[in-house]
Amino acid sequence: MSDIAARSDPIEVRFRGGGFAPKSHRWVGFAVFVLLIALMEWGTRTGWISALTLPKPSDVLATFRELWDSGLLFKHLGPSLTRLVVGAALGASLGIGVGILIGLFSYVRAGLVPLVAAIFPVPKIALLPLFVIWFGIDEASKYALIAFGTFTPTVVATYGAVDNVDRSLIRMGQSFGLSWLSIVRKIVLPGAMPGILSGLRISLAIAIILLVAAEMLGAEYGIGAYILEAGSLYDLERLFAGVVILSLLGVLVSAAISLIEKRLLGWRS
Amino acid sequence: MDIRLESISHSYGDTEVLRDINLEIPTGRIVCLVGPSGCGKSTLLRFIGGLERPSTGRVLQLGEQPEGCLNPLTYVFQDFALLPWRSVRGNISLVLEDHGIRGARAREITDDVLARTKLGDFAEALPRQLSGGMKQRVAIARALAVNPAVMLMDEPLSALDSQTRELLMDDLIALWTRQPFTAVYVTHNLAEAVRLGHQIIVLSRRPGSIREAVEIDKPLGERGYADPDLESTQRYLWELMREEARAADEELLDV
Repeated sequence: MSDIAARSDPIEVRFRGGGFAPKSHRWVGFAVFVLLIALMEWGTRTGWISALTLPKPSDVLATFRELWDSGLLFKHLGPSLTRLVVGAALGASLGIGVGILIGLFSYVRAGLVPLVAAIFPVPKIALLPLFVIWFGIDEASKYALIAFGTFTPTVVATYGAVDNVDRSLIRMGQSFGLSWLSIVRKIVLPGAMPGILSGLRISLAIAIILLVAAEMLGAEYGIGAYILEAGSLYDLERLFAGVVILSLLGVLVSAAISLIEKRLLGWRS
Repeated sequence: MDIRLESISHSYGDTEVLRDINLEIPTGRIVCLVGPSGCGKSTLLRFIGGLERPSTGRVLQLGEQPEGCLNPLTYVFQDFALLPWRSVRGNISLVLEDHGIRGARAREITDDVLARTKLGDFAEALPRQLSGGMKQRVAIARALAVNPAVMLMDEPLSALDSQTRELLMDDLIALWTRQPFTAVYVTHNLAEAVRLGHQIIVLSRRPGSIREAVEIDKPLGERGYADPDLESTQRYLWELMREEARAADEELLDV
């Protein structure tokens, strides 16, 4: 030991490398939900929160049960899910297709990127009357609205994902004499898949938002129609029941994408 | 099959990177290209394999391709370039699929090259499960699978630690001794060059041109780790390059 070390008391090195490493605490999210709902229940029961501000969670649950028992839930859910699935499938598949074309061909990119940038920020809800004129007041205009809304974010995510495919892998494919189609199919598409799927997460959330907008006009059944009707009557219990259904739908869609990611992107560790 | 480079020059815009390169790569020999960083040695390798086009001059293939050759000019890259979503076997069958080789025949070829690169037990592993050295072995196996006429190796060991590098050099020598292959081997590591090269081409600083060609006569199989016979050659090469390496190091990049 050196002289200096012998002279003073040793000081233990302070740990300073903690934090900045996300860990998974599943139960915390659940606890936040439970706590909020419990607080709402307690507040409305004691009168601390007035009945006009928030409905009692137990009443919302009762409304929900009523919906279930009367079979109305599925009467609303059925058309909504059809609209969501048809519209989102149309928009997403078209978006992925156009996004890949933009990523692969510079002329398509030069022509379409400004166009996509121009229509991306347009609130699609504002175009609903236009869609009604074009496609009629029936289902077609609702499909079109949802499809249009999912299309733009999917395009942007997809061509970004294609741009981000490791160029050295493409060069490798070329150096082994792989055909253009093989390179696209076996290198570009799988390489872009993570970006496409995370874009899809956002697009599908937007699709759920637009579902409600689409059902504002001429829809007898549907979650959106149900919420709007409840809203115009200031029936908070039913409004909240509808909102909860939409939230659950969002969670479900997100879980479905996670499942697809697990299946398709298992190679990412 | 021999490769001949005829008066190759190249510029990127106003920057001249290569000037009048004439070179012959004879069958069955490993030719190492060394030079200071930025001398255009990797660019030259991309010309040889047709991944880039020189401004002037041409690259010629002379003579017959070996039998069963699927891709005469085959690269081994510094960053391995393995598809992370395919297993080791899948990465090798990738380069066979386009030639219509599937099923039993593909299996036969992959099993053979995996055995030659000592990867037999790892056929179903994914790249992320492999160490750097193993990944490069897979890339070498993939290159062997197409039975190339010339292997174009772009700093294949530079991404690996020094111990793995020694192991892989031994493996490359063993592969060559079993079945001599033709290779152009770009490296900045002189120890690799004297260990693996039959001929070492020293390039000058930008614009790169051939300064000297050094022959090493000692057979590959007899060269060893820190071989005293190779040391003098390595020192000579370093003396040749030292000043230019310093100048290259002190150069601003945005010229």
